[in-house]
Amino acid sequence: MSIFDNPFDPDRNLRAGCPCGQHQSAAEHDQATAMRCEPVESEEKRYEGVVASAVMRAMFPQDVARRAFLKSIGASTALAALSQFFPIKTATEVFAQTGAPEKKDLKVGFIPITCATPIIMAAPLGFYAKHGLNVDVVKTAGWAVIRDKTINKEYDAAHMLAPMPIAISLGLGANAIPFAVPAIENINGQGIVLATKHKDKRDPKDWKGMKFAIPFDYSMHNYLLRYYLAEHGIDPDTDVQLRSVPPPEMVANLRADNIDGFLAPDNICQRAIYDGVGFMHLLSKEIWDGHPCCSFAASREFITTAPNSFAALTRAIVDATAYASKAENRKQIAEAIAPANYINAPVTVLEQVLTGTYADGLGGVKTDAKRVDFDPFPWQSFAVWMLTQMKRWGQIKGDVDYKAVAEQVYLATDTKKLMIEMGLSPPASAYKSFAVMGKTFDPEKPEDYVASFKIRKAS
Amino acid sequence: MNASLRLRAGLVSIVLLAAFLGIWHLATRSTGTVATMSPEYAKLMGLTATQDKSAMPGPLDVGAKLWEHLRRPFYDNGPNDKGLGIQLGYSIARVGTGYFLAVLVAIPLGFLIGMSPLLSKALDPFIQVLKPISPLAWMPLALYTIKDSSISAIFVIFICSIWPMLLNTVFGVASVRKEWINVARTLEVGTFRRAFTVILPAAAPTILTGMRISIGIAWLVIVAAEMLVGGTGIGYFVWNEWNNLSITNVIIAILLIGVVGMLLDQILARFTRMVTFPE
Repeated sequence: MSIFDNPFDPDRNLRAGCPCGQHQSAAEHDQATAMRCEPVESEEKRYEGVVASAVMRAMFPQDVARRAFLKSIGASTALAALSQFFPIKTATEVFAQTGAPEKKDLKVGFIPITCATPIIMAAPLGFYAKHGLNVDVVKTAGWAVIRDKTINKEYDAAHMLAPMPIAISLGLGANAIPFAVPAIENINGQGIVLATKHKDKRDPKDWKGMKFAIPFDYSMHNYLLRYYLAEHGIDPDTDVQLRSVPPPEMVANLRADNIDGFLAPDNICQRAIYDGVGFMHLLSKEIWDGHPCCSFAASREFITTAPNSFAALTRAIVDATAYASKAENRKQIAEAIAPANYINAPVTVLEQVLTGTYADGLGGVKTDAKRVDFDPFPWQSFAVWMLTQMKRWGQIKGDVDYKAVAEQVYLATDTKKLMIEMGLSPPASAYKSFAVMGKTFDPEKPEDYVASFKIRKAS
Repeated sequence: MNASLRLRAGLVSIVLLAAFLGIWHLATRSTGTVATMSPEYAKLMGLTATQDKSAMPGPLDVGAKLWEHLRRPFYDNGPNDKGLGIQLGYSIARVGTGYFLAVLVAIPLGFLIGMSPLLSKALDPFIQVLKPISPLAWMPLALYTIKDSSISAIFVIFICSIWPMLLNTVFGVASVRKEWINVARTLEVGTFRRAFTVILPAAAPTILTGMRISIGIAWLVIVAAEMLVGGTGIGYFVWNEWNNLSITNVIIAILLIGVVGMLLDQILARFTRMVTFPE
């Protein structure tokens, strides 16, 4: 898929049918649920495309007329003719200049795991600088600390587990402070790792009485592991023990036999394999392909006091995410984020995670290019799904206004606008249906979804 | 006799150290290649998996790494990666600030309580309740109210080092020999003069012992506090290397924490000796 629509392509339909303009019809657009953004050769080119497209649209309100015009005289002639009376170059320059950031020196907190790749790599690879920001990315000891430091305004924005901003906004496990998510960091990229001694116990039905670690209560890891166990008839609250353990301690605990396995963020999974203490039972991708994991979050207060800084940050993250989504860049990224200043992990481990060619811990080498992927669009249906799981496991009680919370926290509309300005093509709707372990989730019917599960916490 | 005792003690120390290092080396030796795996797979795995290398580094690994750190103690690779010298500097500065503030509060307050039986009785229950609280238990509260992680760390140092100093000052002041105070009274010495020329010198050894205990505790706590709040300091260094499962660096940090702690203790011990008097 191309990222920007070439308005001088006579076969291209600029507005009818599909809202993003990349597909022939709305149905086709909906089919391509996952948005992939790929960087264009240069920023200018991209903005030029956006501006030219707008001009073309203004000149030819009828799409048929535009196509006829282009077909008859050719795209380059059309562009030249257009430039004669409309200063596309100047318009592009004006367009590319966004408001100056209110605050240039920003602090962004992160947890050293590969989920934070876009946030981290944006520093060494210069994505923040490109958007006029001077950002210090600060490594933080744990999810609770990153939450407190962001609430305390020591950090302007931070890397958080995707459900965390929802939990903070709802006041679960902290004071209710409105937070917002302009971008998802990564999709997929987690895994269930078991201790090597369990290599013959691959059926979850045999896992009764085992101890598992998860990074945080309000994490996709928690929800995915619970979901996976429950689908196999194991009640995660009574049949197994789930412990919240900081990721680096998971490998040490697995080695020390304190836990039997974990569902953890990557480089930790691969690290356990690298150190020979565990094997990859399942990639989280196999539970739900395209699930979100971590998010880029900021408080509402920061967004209202420094809207331009926030917009520039979001742009930098979206840019970095687009760069990271390309397979050919992954090796370079692994090297950029491996040093002690960033993730602080062996390059081999990060490469295996990012390139998707990895040792499985049982003597085999597997390849899955989508083991981890990057896609910034904050689907509000993701938030609705997380809320259904919070409800399912008793983290929230009573009635939930799923859509209202999702729309308040996941800034799909703002990010969409930003992405369009950047010449990217975000999806039209902020809700999409997806399947978790074969079971379809309909964001329109969250209550029915919660009720449909046999294993859940009695409320 | 004395010299030869010292010599013999030194020899025993060296023998013990050598034995310890020897056992350590033998215990962590890698047993050579054992696991049979395809070379393609082995390339993706760590040494612990491919060569059955112990997860615990040997003394030689630690020595080599230590040398590497000592050669470049002050490098700065950005906000999350600084040399050991800089990290230790941050920790010492934090301990120093918190400890100094505690001295400023504990000694005058201790004097007051020690000289007044009424205050002593009145404040006793508070002190008894506050004293046994683990300093790290204050951390969430400090982070929540102060809203600044580095000040919170200093606060934790302050709160943990205040109690031994306060109690020792109270005890030292209260147990100044009655005869000396009576003599001062007979000579009609004013309260302030009595406090500074009679009680302070008499109580000084006890107060300094309290200060020595405090600095030890403060140094113990800073490592834990920095592991929690992160950012800078030797505690953060330990956490960061733990994150990378680099036990070698963790051992080096432990060694350095021990050395610095010993130095701080020795400085206070020297002060204590300076104010000690024969009765």
